[in-house]
Amino acid sequence: MNAPQPDLARRKGSVDMAHGGGGRAMAELISDLFQRHLSNPILDQGNDAALLNVPPGRLVMSTDGHVISPLFFPGGDIGSLAVHGTLNDVATAGARPLYLTAGFILEEGFPLADLERIVVSMALAARDAGVPIVTGDTKVVEKGKGDGVFITTTGLGVVPEGVHVSVERARPGQAILLSGSIGDHGVAILSKRENLEFETEIRSDSAALHTLVANMVADVPGIAVLRDPTRGGLAATLNEIARTAGVGMHLDETRIPVKRDVAAACELLGLDPLYVANEGKLICLCEADDAERLLAVMKAHPLGRDAAIIGTVTEDDAHLVEMETEIGGLRVVDWLSGEQLPRIC
Amino acid sequence: MKYVDEFRDRELAKTVAEAIRREARPERTYNIMEFCGGHTHAIFRYGVKDLMPENVRFVHGPGCPVCVLPVRRLDDAVEIAERHGVILCTYGDMMRVPGTKQRSLIRAKADGADIRMVYSTLDALKIARDNPDREVVFFAIGFETTTPPTAVAIRQAEKEGLRNFSVFCNHVLTPSAISHILQSPEVRELGTVRIDGFLGPSHVSSVIGSEPYEYFAEEFGKPVVIAGFEPLDVMQSALMLIRQINEGRHEVENEYTRVVTREGNLKAQSLVSEVFELRTSFEWRGLGTVPYSALKIREAHAAFDAERRFEVSEKKSREVKSCECPAILRGVKKPTDCKLFGTVCTPDTPMGSCMVSSEGACAAYWTYGRHRDPVRRPRAKEEAA
Repeated sequence: MNAPQPDLARRKGSVDMAHGGGGRAMAELISDLFQRHLSNPILDQGNDAALLNVPPGRLVMSTDGHVISPLFFPGGDIGSLAVHGTLNDVATAGARPLYLTAGFILEEGFPLADLERIVVSMALAARDAGVPIVTGDTKVVEKGKGDGVFITTTGLGVVPEGVHVSVERARPGQAILLSGSIGDHGVAILSKRENLEFETEIRSDSAALHTLVANMVADVPGIAVLRDPTRGGLAATLNEIARTAGVGMHLDETRIPVKRDVAAACELLGLDPLYVANEGKLICLCEADDAERLLAVMKAHPLGRDAAIIGTVTEDDAHLVEMETEIGGLRVVDWLSGEQLPRIC
Repeated sequence: MKYVDEFRDRELAKTVAEAIRREARPERTYNIMEFCGGHTHAIFRYGVKDLMPENVRFVHGPGCPVCVLPVRRLDDAVEIAERHGVILCTYGDMMRVPGTKQRSLIRAKADGADIRMVYSTLDALKIARDNPDREVVFFAIGFETTTPPTAVAIRQAEKEGLRNFSVFCNHVLTPSAISHILQSPEVRELGTVRIDGFLGPSHVSSVIGSEPYEYFAEEFGKPVVIAGFEPLDVMQSALMLIRQINEGRHEVENEYTRVVTREGNLKAQSLVSEVFELRTSFEWRGLGTVPYSALKIREAHAAFDAERRFEVSEKKSREVKSCECPAILRGVKKPTDCKLFGTVCTPDTPMGSCMVSSEGACAAYWTYGRHRDPVRRPRAKEEAA
C-alpha cells in the first residue's frame, strides 16, 4: 500500500482566518492538504455531498466529536483516533463500516505542518481499515476560541443478516468477555499531559476493531451486546449496559487483564484502571454456552490476543456492577463522578 | 508489582482472615478506627469488611484532608481567587467541595475565576514562573504527608525570587486530631463512640514516624498499629490490634516497617519546622476548634503567605443544615445515618465534603459499599418502576 507522505518541509506557516473564508486560501488548503492525502474516487468527485452505493441491509450510522489533549501521544494522535473511534462505534453495532466523513474545526495559528501530520495519520488509519473518508468540512475559529484542532467523524455501515446486537439484549446468565488489557490509552495520554509527564513504555491501544467484530459475529451471530469501553473505561460501559438493560453484573477482578506498566502508573497516581479510557478494546455479552467458542475466535485475532471472560450478567433490581476483588472481598464498581483525579496523598 | 502484589494475595488474605476469626473473642466487639482516608478507601475498594467477622468493626475517622477543611477556609479561597484576581492552584479533590450556598471552586472557575488544578506544588511554581505579571496562590491542604512539598515550594520560590507566588496554608496535624477525638465527650463521657484501637496513618507516619503516637497510646490506653494502605496491611494490622486488645496492651506497633521508622523522615521534619510553625488553634470540619493542630507560615517567610498578602472579608460561612459530615468525621454516625445520604447527596451532587473526596467515608460507602445498604435496594426498585 502506498502510504501518503506528509510534505512537512514545504508546509510552513499556520492556519489563518482566510483558510476558512471560502476563498482561494480555503480551496488550496482543501485540495493541497485534505484531498491530497485523503483522496478516493468519491471524495475526488468534489461535490458538497457524497453519492454512495449502499448494499442492502440495515444501515448503522454513528458520529463522534474528538477533543483531546495532547493532540499527539504515544501510539497515535487525534487523526487516527478520530477514524478508529467512529469505526469502532459502527463496528460495535455488529456492522461492517463502509464510509466515513470528517469535519475539522481549526484554530487560527495552528501550525500547518501539525495539521498535515494529523491528516496523513487519518488517511493511513482509514486506508488500513479499508473505509474511505468520502466527504468533509473545514471551519476556522479565531485564536483562543479553539484548542488547536477538533475533529468530528461520522461513520456509515451495514449490519449482516442474522446479527442483532443491542444493549437491551443483555440477560442474566450471559457471559461478559473483554478483548484485552484495559487502561492503555488513558495512561498513555496522561503520561504526556502537561504537568504530569512521566516516562513509560505504554502506548495507546487505539485501533479499528471492525475485523475482530466481523470474525466474532460470523462465528457467533447470536452475540447480544458489543461495546467499546472508551471514556469512563470498563466501569462506565458496564454500568451503562446494566442500567439500560435492567440487569446486574458480577466481575472477577483477577480475570481482568491490566498490563503491568499500566497497573504501576495507576498505583502511583491513585487511579483505578477500571475507569481509565480505552480506544482499541471491546466488551461482549453472549450466551454462556457460546462464551468459550467466542473467546477462541477473539484470541485468534491480533486485537483479541489477551481476551478473557471476566464475569457474568446477573439479575439485580438495583442494576449494580459488583466485583469480587483480588483478595476475595466484594465491592461495587460504580459510575464515575466527573473526571477521575489523582488522589492527594 | 513488588511491594503491591504480595499485599493483595488472596491465599494470604484468607489465612489472615482465619487468624482474625480465631483470635477475635465472640463475647466482645472490636471497634477499630482508621484515622486515615486512605485506609477507608482500601477497606471498601478491596472489600476487606467481607473477610472480617461481625464483631470486628471499622469506625471511619477524620483522616481525609479534603473532608476536614472547614467551609470558612474554602470560602476564603474562593474569595481570594475572585476578589483579588489571582491564579489559584489547587489539588483536584478540592475543586468540587461545596462551600457556603454550595459554591465550590469549580463553580467559581465556571464564573470566570482563574482556578487551575495542579498535581504538585512544583506545577504551581511553574505557573508562577510562566505568569510573572499575575499573582499565583497555592491552596495548600493536607496532613503531614503533603506539608514537606509545600515547604519545598516556598523555599524554591524564595531561592528564585518569585515574588508573585504565595501559599494559602491549611496544613493540619494528625496526632492532635487523634487526641482531640479521644478527649471528646462522645468517646470519654457519653460512650456513643467506642474506640478500642487505631489503625495509624501510613504515609503520614513515613514523615513523622511512629513516635508521636506513643503519648496518647499511653495516656488514653488505646493501642495503635501503623498500617500500610494495601488490603493485607489493613487486615494484618487489625489482627495486631485484636491481639493487643485481648492481652490488655496499649502500645504503638508498626506493621508498615517497609516504610515507617520510629523517628520518621528527619530531613522532611526539619524542612517543615524551618518554614512552618504551630497555629495556637485551627478549626476542623467536624471537630471544631482544635488547639495546636495546624501549621502556619513563619514570619521569616511572610512574603509567601497568602493570608498576609490578601485580605478576606468577615463572612458567615454556612454548611448545609442537615449534612451530618461533622458527626460522620468523628465516627459518631455512619454515612447511612445521614438523611441526605443517597437522596440529595451523592458523588454527583455532593452536599458535604465526605461525599466529594474519594477518601471520604460517604463517597466510599456510596461508591463501593452500597450493595450492603438496606435503604438502597427499595429506592433502586422504585426508580426502576
